[in-house]
Amino acid sequence: MKGAPMQKSVQKSVNLRSFLTASWLGWQIESNWTDPFLFATYSTIKPVAGAAILVLMYSIVTQGNFDSPVFAYLYLGNAFYQYVPAVLTGVSWTIIDDREHYRTLKYIYTAPVNIPFYLFGRAVAKFIVGTFGVVITIAAGVLFLNVPLDWSRVDWPLFLVALFLGVLMLALSGLILAGITLMTARHSYYIGDVVAGGLFLFTGAIFPLEVLPNWLRPIGYLLPITYWLELIRRSLVGAVAEAFPTFTALSNGDLLLILAASSLVFGIASIFIFRYCDHQARERGLIDQTTNY
Amino acid sequence: MSQNLAVKTENLGRIYKIRNNRKEKQRELLALENVNLEIREGELFGLLGPNGAGKTTLIKILTTLLSPTSGRAWVAGLDVTRQPAEVRKRINMVSGGETSGYGLLTVRENLWMFAQFYGIPSAEANRRIKTLAEIVGIADRLNTKSSDLSTGLRQKMNIIRGFLTDLEVLFLDEPTLGLDVGASRDVRSFIRRWMDENPHRTLLLTTHYMVEAEELCDRVAIINQGRVLACDTPARLKQNLRHEIFFQVWVDASRLLDEYAFLRINGVKHFHQSPEEDSLRLEISLEEEAVLSEIIYELTAQSARILRLEKREPTLEDVFVQLVGQRMEEVENVAVPAD
Repeated sequence: MKGAPMQKSVQKSVNLRSFLTASWLGWQIESNWTDPFLFATYSTIKPVAGAAILVLMYSIVTQGNFDSPVFAYLYLGNAFYQYVPAVLTGVSWTIIDDREHYRTLKYIYTAPVNIPFYLFGRAVAKFIVGTFGVVITIAAGVLFLNVPLDWSRVDWPLFLVALFLGVLMLALSGLILAGITLMTARHSYYIGDVVAGGLFLFTGAIFPLEVLPNWLRPIGYLLPITYWLELIRRSLVGAVAEAFPTFTALSNGDLLLILAASSLVFGIASIFIFRYCDHQARERGLIDQTTNY
Repeated sequence: MSQNLAVKTENLGRIYKIRNNRKEKQRELLALENVNLEIREGELFGLLGPNGAGKTTLIKILTTLLSPTSGRAWVAGLDVTRQPAEVRKRINMVSGGETSGYGLLTVRENLWMFAQFYGIPSAEANRRIKTLAEIVGIADRLNTKSSDLSTGLRQKMNIIRGFLTDLEVLFLDEPTLGLDVGASRDVRSFIRRWMDENPHRTLLLTTHYMVEAEELCDRVAIINQGRVLACDTPARLKQNLRHEIFFQVWVDASRLLDEYAFLRINGVKHFHQSPEEDSLRLEISLEEEAVLSEIIYELTAQSARILRLEKREPTLEDVFVQLVGQRMEEVENVAVPAD
């Protein structure tokens, strides 16, 4: 029985090693494609340009009513939604990247690597770049568009807990996509983008769920991202966010509990789904199958 | 499974289900059938067969990348299907003829990263990388981005990756594919030296180069269409052909010869012709030397002038011909790839 703690510590070191080395690799790939100045410029312009489109549309529709609470609601929702494609595709895209582009997936698979931890590690760089985008977008909103963010009134503990839980939930959701990507040697390029784009409509990111037809709303209520975005908004601009109808009946504690519970369910489901897909990929010989698409 | 067996397979089989598009009916492709192999610890074992014979499929199963459809396999005493994580701690694999690697990373960074996955301390990893790079001749390219390397140099980088880790069983799938003659020779001599350094290391090498198998392997399994046809030392395999006599003949002929005329001669076991730059090369095996006079008579009848004639020792290619009835290149020309 002496071997048991030893086994656990060896496994722990494999997991940590997989995560840290993959994080290093992810950052090298993410930041090394161009010189640092161009990388910083790109990372700044991309989120600002994304937000500018939304602000322009809002401005046209409301005739420039930037003082309305609706603006803060959609601006912050849109800013934090940047984490969704970043983390979701950050985890799942690695499968395509390693299998198709670098042709290394089979070597990663035959090494003593914990694959889910490796995939999470590879997503860290995208998370960091995503965070940069979120910060830039919020800063632009506060400085130039009067987004009512009062730093002294921010509920920091709630914000940090919600952010941590949300990112964890997104990473685990990404694992489900990674499993599906593993099984679909063809047409897997767009899975991350399609899912992130589709969820944008159902998670209350830029409008309350009440805007959706009755029969579509349940989709939003079933998604943990909806609760996560609401919690983030409440922690940052509580009074404004709480004015919206969707979750007025729920306290911050209720929302946090729902987010934690749904993250747990997603986490367990993602592990089982990934294992199933991984098994199927071995059965079908898909782990090193390239399409040359 | 016996303790000193590094690899064992028991009635191992693999069938691929193939469908090119949704309208097409799924068809089955037999890649491996009832493969029974036992590779001893410390052995350099070769899998010799044409493209599509099932060599890569076998390696994929043994390295836990692919599940078998029937039978079982063990590596280092561990079941590859039931204990894949344990197997992976004890193996490494290199596939030839491909340009894998993270192009944005330098050669050193690529190798260092893989060493980290295997838990090799950074300083030790760098020391090994330097030593191996000097051996395979890419020490001056360690700081070059791998995307800037030629295919051959990338292959050398991958070969280093395979030898970098502390392992029990190494799988080399066509390691010299795509390398020039000199580089292939360097790699072969390095493989032999690496095996000699530690008697507990086991290496399974697949190749369709006869010379490679003959030069390197302690034992060879000849595989074709997913079946192992023979398994023994190269010397013993060739010994089975001791009753045959082999000739190579170069003739001056403007067209291919009528080979059936030669095959009809009593005592001719095999006849194969292949055009070369200025001549036609004939590979002939005979039951007895006396039949040669009839061959020369037939060559004259077909207006082919003999430029050179050599008697030679049997090779593994001849063993393959005896087992399959065709030369390996002939099989490759008609084979449906299962690899």
